[in-house]
Amino acid sequence: MEPIRMKYEVRSDDFSVAGEASGKIKRTLKDLGLDASVVRNVAIAVYEGEINMVIHANGGYIEVEINPDKIKIVLKDSGPGIPDVEKAMQAGFSTAPENIRALGFGAGMGLPNIKKYSDEMYIDTELGVGTTITLGFNI
Amino acid sequence: MDKNIFHSVRMDEDKCLGCMNCIKHCPTEAIRVRDGKANIIKEKCIDCGKCIEVCPHHAKYAERERLQKIIDFKYTVALPAPSLYGQFKNLEDANYVLAGLIKMGFDSVFEVSCAAEIVSQITREKIKNNKTGKPIISSACPAVCRLISVSYPSLLPQLLDMNAPMEIAAAMARREAIEKTGLKSEDIGIFFITPCPAKVTAIKNPMTLREPIIDGAVAISDIYPVLVQQMSRLAKDGKEIEDLQRSGKIGVSWAASGGESAALFHDNYLAADGIENVKEILSEIENEQLNGLDFIELNACTCGCVGGALTAENPFIAKRRLQILRKYLPVSGEHYTKEQEEADKDFLYWQKQPEANNIMRLADNLKDAMRIMGEINELEAKLPQLDCGTCGAPSCKSLAEDIVRGFADIHDCMFCTRNEYAQSQEPGASLLREILPAPFRTRKENKNADSKKSD
Repeated sequence: MEPIRMKYEVRSDDFSVAGEASGKIKRTLKDLGLDASVVRNVAIAVYEGEINMVIHANGGYIEVEINPDKIKIVLKDSGPGIPDVEKAMQAGFSTAPENIRALGFGAGMGLPNIKKYSDEMYIDTELGVGTTITLGFNI
Repeated sequence: MDKNIFHSVRMDEDKCLGCMNCIKHCPTEAIRVRDGKANIIKEKCIDCGKCIEVCPHHAKYAERERLQKIIDFKYTVALPAPSLYGQFKNLEDANYVLAGLIKMGFDSVFEVSCAAEIVSQITREKIKNNKTGKPIISSACPAVCRLISVSYPSLLPQLLDMNAPMEIAAAMARREAIEKTGLKSEDIGIFFITPCPAKVTAIKNPMTLREPIIDGAVAISDIYPVLVQQMSRLAKDGKEIEDLQRSGKIGVSWAASGGESAALFHDNYLAADGIENVKEILSEIENEQLNGLDFIELNACTCGCVGGALTAENPFIAKRRLQILRKYLPVSGEHYTKEQEEADKDFLYWQKQPEANNIMRLADNLKDAMRIMGEINELEAKLPQLDCGTCGAPSCKSLAEDIVRGFADIHDCMFCTRNEYAQSQEPGASLLREILPAPFRTRKENKNADSKKSD
């Protein structure tokens, strides 16, 4: 079965459009009739990823691949990279600047939430080059 | 889903010019323009009345009962929605509205706001006992309930499992009328004075009742002129007005957005109104972003029921008037006892579960859905992404879906048709390249047209 592929650009520094990609992905999954809990998990994880890209990485793009048994999502940016992945995975650890926190973002729950709501998560990051997070969701 | 399901929102083909206003505003993308006329896809329509509001040619209307129907019954009861009280200038006492309804020909009145106060009282209890970790969503707005069943079915379990105040009021009014007159139930006509088409639909087609219990809906806008006349006569008479009002501040406040929430006596709630806002909030609830809240009140119309398509007054003005009107009212009507609640259980709570409407799903199983989605995506990529609406569908995506489902053709897109012919060597093909409505011409095409003019 040919997987369904979609690609979305996440623009930098624009909170007003953050959530657009996860919203579109969510609509697609709902149209497919997927279980509400899968739809929710993907929507939450991708939204966190989108916000991260806006805050830390000057945007990036999101690739989605839907297979009959699995959804694969790649969040790719050319941002600064994550210096200490282990630390970044800790709940509450945040490097977001004050102006971002004032908006209610940057609470240090981005990566932990992505992990919580996905079935698989791989982080590939290189300082000065960028970060690629690959997520898997079982259907 | 039954194709012959009753819908209050209808089309008047004679008035429809086939413009694209409605297709762009429909929250469930339920309208297509075909052969110069708008068509409502019944299975998707939630009767919110948005298209009635935006149609500049008044080609959309709400089917409802005419007042004459009340002569079919030996005894009639009017159920005024609290939004009715906000429609009158300089009104300081809602008793004029109630007495006016009786002057118009109803035998008695039963305020929907009384039932609303009961719902508020029980909701407070339910919130206290809610251990799901998820907010309870108000089930009072029928357009919101239908929107949830069509587009957010996973939220159905979060709906407050009580019938709407209008339905509870109807059951109580009927019981009262039978006790008072000794007549049979079928001789008693219960009529809701409605601010919106969604409630007309809900009456004919209740989502959570075994069968309809209201005999008809009369629009606020229809009775308004007669009612105003009767009310001013009553005022001119100068006689003391009969005290018919039984509801207090809480019940009357339900007419506007935030009123139902305020009746909960705490602030851990969210109240949103306007169908687009409601959609965003429902999506946030699905994503579990609002789990810290106890209660979510959603109204499809701007400002709540006072913004319904069948009201007479601007919603903000009506809302303001209610603030004055309720000022001297007691907080609430009579306290509703546990014994009463126990006795009324059958009509207070859902008699049947609301059903999910899976019309938005592409197929019953994932593989078929994926195949269809693949075809839709492939087609969508060929479309210009202008969402211009000239194909009659609200967006390129919805046209792609219509084509795959067999309801439309790729040639319905004028850009696809144009490109196909423009590339051909047929005589006239070059002319076709230049014929496009102004917004869609590219700069180069404009220049060509200009230089032709000066030739």
